[in-house]
Amino acid sequence: MNGSYGAVAAGEAHGTSPPGDEVWGGGSGGSLAARLTEAGVQRRSILKFCAGVVATLALPPQFAPRVAAALDRVGRPAVVWLEFQDCAGDSEAFLRSRNPSVADLILGMISLDYHETVMAAAGVDAEDARDKAVARGGHLVVVEGSVPLGIPGSCTIGGRSAEEILNSCVRGAAGIINVGTCSAFGGIPAAGPNPTGAVRVEDVVGGVEVVNLPGCPVNADNLTATIVHYLTFGAFPARDGFGRPLFAYGERIHDTCARRGHFDAGQFAREWGDEGHRKGWCLYRLGCKGPSTFHNCPSVRYNGGTSWPVAAGHGCVGCSEPGFWDTMSPFYDRLPHVATRDFSLTADRIGLGVLAATATGFAAHGVGKVIQHRVAAARAGSPASPASPAEDVSDAAVAAEPDADGKGGQAT
Amino acid sequence: MSRLVIDPVTRIEGHLRVEVQVDSGRVTEAYASSTMWRGIETIVEGRDPRDAWLFAQRICGVCTTVHALASVRAVEDAVGAVPPRNARLLREIIAAALFVHDHVVHFYHLQALDWIDPTAALKADPARTASLAQSISDYPRSTAKLFASVQARLGAFLASGNIGPFTNGYWGHPAYRLSPELNLLAFSHYLDALDFQREYVRVHALLGGKNPHPQTYVVGGMASPIDLTSQEAINDNTLAELAQLLTRGLDFVDKVFLPDLYAIAAGYPEWTRYGAGLGSYMVFGDFAQAPQPKGRPQAGGLFPGGIIRDANLSSVEPFDPARIAESVAHSWFRYDNVGNNGGANAGNKAGAKNAGHGASAALAPWKGQTTPDYTGPKPPFAHLDVDGKYSWLKAPRYDGIAVEVGPLARMLVGYASGDARIRPLVKGALDRLHLPPTALMSTLGRVLARGLETKLMAQYSLELLDRLRENVGSGDLTIADTSKWHPSTWPTGRARGVGFHEAPRGSLSHWVVITNERISNYQAVVPTTWNASPRDERGNPGAYESALVGTPVLDPRRPLEVLRTLHSFDPCMACAAHVYDADGRDIIEVRVQ
Repeated sequence: MNGSYGAVAAGEAHGTSPPGDEVWGGGSGGSLAARLTEAGVQRRSILKFCAGVVATLALPPQFAPRVAAALDRVGRPAVVWLEFQDCAGDSEAFLRSRNPSVADLILGMISLDYHETVMAAAGVDAEDARDKAVARGGHLVVVEGSVPLGIPGSCTIGGRSAEEILNSCVRGAAGIINVGTCSAFGGIPAAGPNPTGAVRVEDVVGGVEVVNLPGCPVNADNLTATIVHYLTFGAFPARDGFGRPLFAYGERIHDTCARRGHFDAGQFAREWGDEGHRKGWCLYRLGCKGPSTFHNCPSVRYNGGTSWPVAAGHGCVGCSEPGFWDTMSPFYDRLPHVATRDFSLTADRIGLGVLAATATGFAAHGVGKVIQHRVAAARAGSPASPASPAEDVSDAAVAAEPDADGKGGQAT
Repeated sequence: MSRLVIDPVTRIEGHLRVEVQVDSGRVTEAYASSTMWRGIETIVEGRDPRDAWLFAQRICGVCTTVHALASVRAVEDAVGAVPPRNARLLREIIAAALFVHDHVVHFYHLQALDWIDPTAALKADPARTASLAQSISDYPRSTAKLFASVQARLGAFLASGNIGPFTNGYWGHPAYRLSPELNLLAFSHYLDALDFQREYVRVHALLGGKNPHPQTYVVGGMASPIDLTSQEAINDNTLAELAQLLTRGLDFVDKVFLPDLYAIAAGYPEWTRYGAGLGSYMVFGDFAQAPQPKGRPQAGGLFPGGIIRDANLSSVEPFDPARIAESVAHSWFRYDNVGNNGGANAGNKAGAKNAGHGASAALAPWKGQTTPDYTGPKPPFAHLDVDGKYSWLKAPRYDGIAVEVGPLARMLVGYASGDARIRPLVKGALDRLHLPPTALMSTLGRVLARGLETKLMAQYSLELLDRLRENVGSGDLTIADTSKWHPSTWPTGRARGVGFHEAPRGSLSHWVVITNERISNYQAVVPTTWNASPRDERGNPGAYESALVGTPVLDPRRPLEVLRTLHSFDPCMACAAHVYDADGRDIIEVRVQ
C-alpha cells in the first residue's frame, strides 16, 4: 500500500546521509546532483529520494530518473515563508521533512530567505532579507496561518498588518503554497465565531497561482513533493476545485483506509479500548470523518511513513477539508451520510479514470502540456462539497447488508 | 540613552515584539508585546467539551500535545472521569518525549546562534576540533575528517552569497567569544540535531499517529489501543521501537547536548550575572503517574510543586490554585461588568491610558473573560503606547505577584525542596561549573536548567516505558474510563474543571466551565503568558520585562545580548527591532551587517 514510499523510508535513519557521513549543502551553483554529491549524499540516495517523491506524487516509478534529471537542471528558487495567525505546526512539520530532509532542502534545493522560526537575523535585518528576495522576483511564497481582516491589529509583524505583508510579498512571486488549513481555508482562527475576522490567503490576494496543502498540520511529504514537482516540471501539480493537488487529495480517506474491509463487514469499534478497537476495526462509530475527507494519509502517513491517526486508533477529524472545525464537529458524532462504496470519488468528482488517463498522457506527451491539461481539468470541475451527498446508510443497514452500495458522487 | 525596539524577534514560536530602553550600554526598561491573537478560547465556547482538546492543541504546534493534555485533564476534572493507568503512562511518555525533543530543538535550532558564530568556525583546525570533541564526549561522530568536511561545506555555502536563513545574522559580533574549534563543533551538532529530532519525534507518531498535533487523546483516557496479541494496537513491536527511540534520546542528551552545553557555558561565565529577572518562581507540580486530584495539580511527582519568593531558596511555599488571577490593564482585552474597583472601565481608551493605576480588576480564570479590545496603533505603526494597552497577552499573577515559570523554576523548586532526584542533579552541575545556586537565576542559568531537565526527562521516559510494560504484562488493557463518555453521565447544570500540566516552557493550566453539556467558559493560562506578560494593573512587569533589565547591549544596532536573554525563556510566539531615542521621537532602525 505505501509500497515504494515505505521502502524508501525504511532503513534511512539519517535521511539521505549515510551513517558516519555528513550532510551539508554546498554553493548555490551547479546541478542538484552536484550540490547533493558535494553535500555528501550518494547518487544512489538521490535516486531513492526521487523514487520516494514520485511515489508521493502518485506517478509511476519509472518517473524517478526523469525527476532526477529535471532537478539537475534547476537552480535554487528563493522561498519566503510567512507566518500569520498560526501555531508554527506547519513549520515544525517542515523541520521533520524526510524526503528530502530539511537540511537537504535548505542547502541544496531552495533558498529559504525568510522564515522567522529558523532564521538567524531578527528585526529589520530579517525584514531586509525578505524584502530583497521579494524584490528579485520569481520567488515562492509559503504561507502558514490565516489573515485577520476583521482586527488587523491581531496579527502584526514589525508593526505591519498580515494583510499588508502578504500583499507586498506576493508581488512578482512565481506562486503561493499555502501550508496547513489556516492559510488554505481559514482554519481554526476562522472557526465560529471567527473573533478576528480571519480569512484564507486566496481571499486576500489574486493574480498569483496558488496551491493549497491543507492538513493540521500539513504533511511534510506532500509539501516537499509539491516543491519538487514545481522544480521538476516548472509548474504546480494538478489540483481540485479547492486548489489541492490531486496526488495528495484526490481520494477519500475512507476509500483507501486499511480498515475499510471492517466497515464493509460491519465490524466497528464501539468504545475506546474494546475488542474491536484493539483489533483495528472501523472507527466510524467513534466519529471517524474519513468518509468525508480527501487526503493521502492512509498511504503516505506521517513522520517518515511511521503512522497516521486512524492507524493509531483515533478517528479522522477531516482536517484537510474547508471549514472542518465547524462542519466536522462534534468530532465524536457519527457522520450522518456515508456511502459504503464509492471508490471513484474525488473532491471535484473527477474520476480515477481521468487521472489514470492524464498519468498516461503525461508519459506520452511530455510534461508541460499535460500539466496544463490537468490543471484545466481540475479547474473545470465544479468545486463540489467534498462530503458526497450519498444515500444515508444507517448502522443497521450496514450491519445487515455489508455490500450495500451508496452510489455517491458521480464519476465522470 | 536610546530606546530599542526589536520587531520581529525570530527563532521563537509566534509573534513577539520587544521595546527596551538602553542607558550606558545596559537595558534599563523593557516592554514585551505579543502581536498576534486568534481567540481560540472564544472559539471553543458552546462546543462539545470532548472536542476541546483538539482545538486547544492548536494553540501551539511547537509544544504540541501540552494543551491537549491540560484540556482533557480540565474536562475530566469537571465531569469526573478518571484516566486509567495505561492512559496516564502513555500521556506521560508523550509528554516526556516532548520535553527531550523540544529542549534539544530549542538549544540547537532556536538559541544556539546567539552563542555560536558559524562564520568563526571557518578558522577552526579540524584536528583540534576532533581532540576537543573527544575530550568532552565519546560521541562517535567526532573525527577530524568529519569536521573538515563540515567546515569545507560550510565555507562553500557561506561563500555562495546565497545563505538563506543565515542571511543578516550578527556574525562577527564581539559578544561571540567561543574558540573557532568550539564553533565548528557546535555547528556540526546543529546539523546532527536536525536529524536526531526528526527521528526521535517518531515516538509521537507511534503513539498518536503524527507529530505535530498527535491525535490520540480522549476525555477519560487515550485512543491508542494496547493489545500484545494484535497487529493493530500498541504491541511488542511498538514497545521495542519506543525503547529504541527513547534510548537514543538519552544517548543524544548525554553525548551531545550536555557536553556542548557545558563547553559553551564555560565560554560565557559572565552570563550568570545577567537576566536574573523576577526572583520569584512557580511550579504546579506534575508527572506523578497518578490521576489529578480534584481541582489541584498532582503532588509527589517528578517535579515537586511550590512557590519561591524573592530569590529565597530556604523556603518553598505550597502552591494554591485559588491565588491565580489575570489582569488586562495593559492587554488588548476588556473585562465587562467587573466588581467595584473600576475594572469595568479598563477596556475603553480612556481607561487604557490610565492603566497601571488600578484601572482594572484581575479575574480568576474560571471567571475570566476573553473580549478583544484592540486599542493599539493602527498598522503600520512604529511603536506601541506602552503606557496604555500594548499586548495580546493577559498578565497572570500569583497572589498578586509576577512569577517566572519553566525549567529554571522547576530546578530551583526541586533543589530548594531537597528533591531526591533534582537536588543532586543541580548540585552536580553547580559543582562542575564552580557556581553557587543563586547563579542559576540568570540568562545562562535558565539555559543550564533546561539542559538538566532534559537529562532528567530522558531518563524518566525510559522508566515510564518500563512501568507501561509491567502494567500491560499484568494483563491490564484498559486505555480509557468510558463510564463518563456520554454527556448524560455528567453532572447536571454547571460543572467546573481545571487541568494542570508542567509543560516544557512551564506551568500550564486550562480552566473550563461546562453548562448543559456545552462549554460555557474556557481559559488557558499558558507558560509564555506568565513569562512574557505585560505589566499588570499595578504596573509590575512580567518575567521577560524584568529579566531584560540589566542586560548589556554592546552595540544597539546589533542587540545580540537582548536575544540571548529572551531566548533563554524559549518564547512561544514571533517579533521586530527599531531603536529610538530617549523621548521616543527619533526612531532609528536596527541594521545588521
